[in-house]
Amino acid sequence: MSQSKKERGILRYGWFSRLNHWTIAISFVLLVLSGLALFHPFFWGFTALFGGPIMTRILHPFIGVFMSVFFAIMAVRFFKDSLIKRHDIQWLKQIKDVLSNRDEKLPPVGKSNAGQKLVYWIMVFSVPVLLVTGVIIWQPYFADAMPITLLRLGALLHAFVAFLAIITLIIHIYSGIWVKGSFQAMVRGRVSKAWAKHHHDLWYQEKMDEERRRKESLDRIAGQ
Amino acid sequence: MRGDQINLQNITARSATSPPSPQVRDGGVERVTKLIDVSRCIGCKACQVACSEWNDLRDDVGECVGVYDNPVDLSPNSWEVMRFNEYEDEQGNLEWLIRKDNCMHCAEPGCLEACPAPGAIVQYANGIVDFNSEHCIGCGYCVAGCPFDIPRISKKDSKAYKCTLCSDRVFHGLEPACVKSCPTGSIMFGTREDMHELAQSRTEYLHGRGFENAGIYDPEGVGGTHVIYVLQHADKPEIYNGLPNDPRISPLVDAWKGVTKPLASVAIGLAALTGFFHYATQGPKEVPKEEYDEVEDAETHEEDRT
Repeated sequence: MSQSKKERGILRYGWFSRLNHWTIAISFVLLVLSGLALFHPFFWGFTALFGGPIMTRILHPFIGVFMSVFFAIMAVRFFKDSLIKRHDIQWLKQIKDVLSNRDEKLPPVGKSNAGQKLVYWIMVFSVPVLLVTGVIIWQPYFADAMPITLLRLGALLHAFVAFLAIITLIIHIYSGIWVKGSFQAMVRGRVSKAWAKHHHDLWYQEKMDEERRRKESLDRIAGQ
Repeated sequence: MRGDQINLQNITARSATSPPSPQVRDGGVERVTKLIDVSRCIGCKACQVACSEWNDLRDDVGECVGVYDNPVDLSPNSWEVMRFNEYEDEQGNLEWLIRKDNCMHCAEPGCLEACPAPGAIVQYANGIVDFNSEHCIGCGYCVAGCPFDIPRISKKDSKAYKCTLCSDRVFHGLEPACVKSCPTGSIMFGTREDMHELAQSRTEYLHGRGFENAGIYDPEGVGGTHVIYVLQHADKPEIYNGLPNDPRISPLVDAWKGVTKPLASVAIGLAALTGFFHYATQGPKEVPKEEYDEVEDAETHEEDRT
């Protein structure tokens, strides 16, 4: 089997998932930088990254709409893997073990762990809210048509939900740095079997079953 | 005022700026106030014309919609509008209440609190609140912040505009253009103290004429305004085309802008720092080497078998 030697490990994220993820990631970071610039004067310097304050104001909403489209695609594709299961609750209860790297005590989990699933659900909540409130306060296209209370509510919610999304993003990025191999998984797509077994045992077993079944059917065909 | 401010040392408050302004050193400048005596207004609109004239504003010619209000609303090129209201009083008499609507120049301006662009909105020591178009980015936050629905965003240059109280004229010792043009003395201008005195005497006069509820409109909720009204019915400011009874910066705007801004910013910084310290104390999450070898061995074993 020379094929398996060329591509060692298990495919975790296909090329489209990776492209999709990084398109959202880059847009999201740009949104955070431009959004923070308009949130607190401390971050006003970020406007220099976007060609000045007015360009920052113009670009931010367009990047937002662009990201929302790609996020919608990813939200649909990742939906099944992000449903919260019983073992996820147990995993969350043992968050102290997770944070202290006592991985041997943790229950086996599926393709995504509860942390990743929470990121998914927080973003599934945040992105639509940010999109709708963003459209409400979007100058010069929509904001003028909005009643004043809706305008104020839109601005307030946009800031609060953006804060939630930014904190989630920071945790998400840090997890990628902290859990060795996860960043590579999203860049290269593949993970080693040991990595899969250690971090996502249920998913690993699933993959192994699949492989065994495939091999068996191949053997059957060869035997005939 | 367009372009940069005439006197930068006269600024007391500046949007999206926390360090104190030069003015905190002395603050010897007297505050000014424009007094609009609604009871004396005849609705001639000379002030509207004078405003356009002095500020080089030429609004598009609109259409008659069947009321005297013309233009119908404020716009980036109409910084003041006379609002005409037909009011039937308790005795069944018709009263024509004409209110000159323009920026109130709040002591605590909601627009300035909401503005994210440093220096796009300033407040001078004399109390005038001014938009500096040079720094305006056209986000429209001032519209959300204003309790009086005053700022308008231009469709042409996407910047916010409103009455400047003729800050350029005032700096040179002149009264605003509307005041200069008023033929009945309905619009007066002077120090805050003088205007309050004048407003008081007018109110007393109106009391004597049977307007029991005549009074001064200088709402406290926004720290007082540098444009004040004498109203025949000060108990019901709403009848003057929806003049708010107790205007204040909306709690929604306060929740968005007040302590939220610094607290959320600090929290974001701390979140990133927490990550770093977690890494420094707990170390990376890695697959132990034995587990690697175990899986690798099983793998090679299987490959040998096949």
